[in-house]
Amino acid sequence: MKRLLPSPLLSLVLLFTWLLMNQSLEVAHLLLGTLLAIIAPLLARPLQPHGYARIRRPLALLRLLAHASVEVLRSCFNVSRIILFARPEGLNSQFIRIPLDMRSPHGLALLAGIINLTPGTVWVEVLPDSHELALHVFDLHDAQWWIDTIKGQYEVPLMEIFEG
Amino acid sequence: MHEQAWEQLPLWISLPVSLLLVLGGCIALIGCLGLLRLPHFYQRIHGPAITITLGAGCILIASMLLFSALETRPVVHELLITLFVLLTAPMVSMLVMRAAVYRDLRKRRARPGTKDGEDEVYPVTQTQSRGDR
Repeated sequence: MKRLLPSPLLSLVLLFTWLLMNQSLEVAHLLLGTLLAIIAPLLARPLQPHGYARIRRPLALLRLLAHASVEVLRSCFNVSRIILFARPEGLNSQFIRIPLDMRSPHGLALLAGIINLTPGTVWVEVLPDSHELALHVFDLHDAQWWIDTIKGQYEVPLMEIFEG
Repeated sequence: MHEQAWEQLPLWISLPVSLLLVLGGCIALIGCLGLLRLPHFYQRIHGPAITITLGAGCILIASMLLFSALETRPVVHELLITLFVLLTAPMVSMLVMRAAVYRDLRKRRARPGTKDGEDEVYPVTQTQSRGDR
């Protein structure tokens, strides 16, 4: 079972994608989608040097994504307000460094996705020597606040989810 | 048949759809305005982020509502667009950002002591060994 379905969640997502693309629930599409959902992860397995992610706490993942969506919305309005009303010269755009404890590549990937989707922050890289995250902030007021927020609200839950 | 459906669109559908479309359009416009107004590259990169999240999101929700009402069945394959946008947009902004940072670092190494032209300077010092990737 484990060999045939290395990542059940990925297979489910693929089947779901296939059905959405065809917009139908007919048996033929279900069968073809299931076949695809089983074969594609097996074929793609060698492309994943770290293997497929194992999500230990799915509920925590959902909670994190919900929280992140709210943050994305709030940041959207903040950035819009700055673009419309603030003088560009008064902006304090800065690179900051955030020390990271998380080592899981899947967790880091998801963190990068969330941070880059949030308007106002762009992930640059994880510095190889110190394992610090270099982050660009659109309008920086308090670097310590960013460090606390990203570590507390995102990194700790992500470590629970992927490193357990 | 479609013209008829357009005219019989109930108010409780057409109102949220128009509101979402206007909001999405405004957000996309603000994102582009950011590209236009902000002086530095590292600031301009933040403009399109609101377009791809809230702007695209509003328009996709409006599309799902409108076509579900017009065709009187759930039309949700816009979710796929959302999924692909959410998967690809973060990669793109990260790659563009890294390209800009490495270009600046290289310029700084080639002409030490000169200003970059950008006010902000990437915090990595030159003692850290970083090859030209």
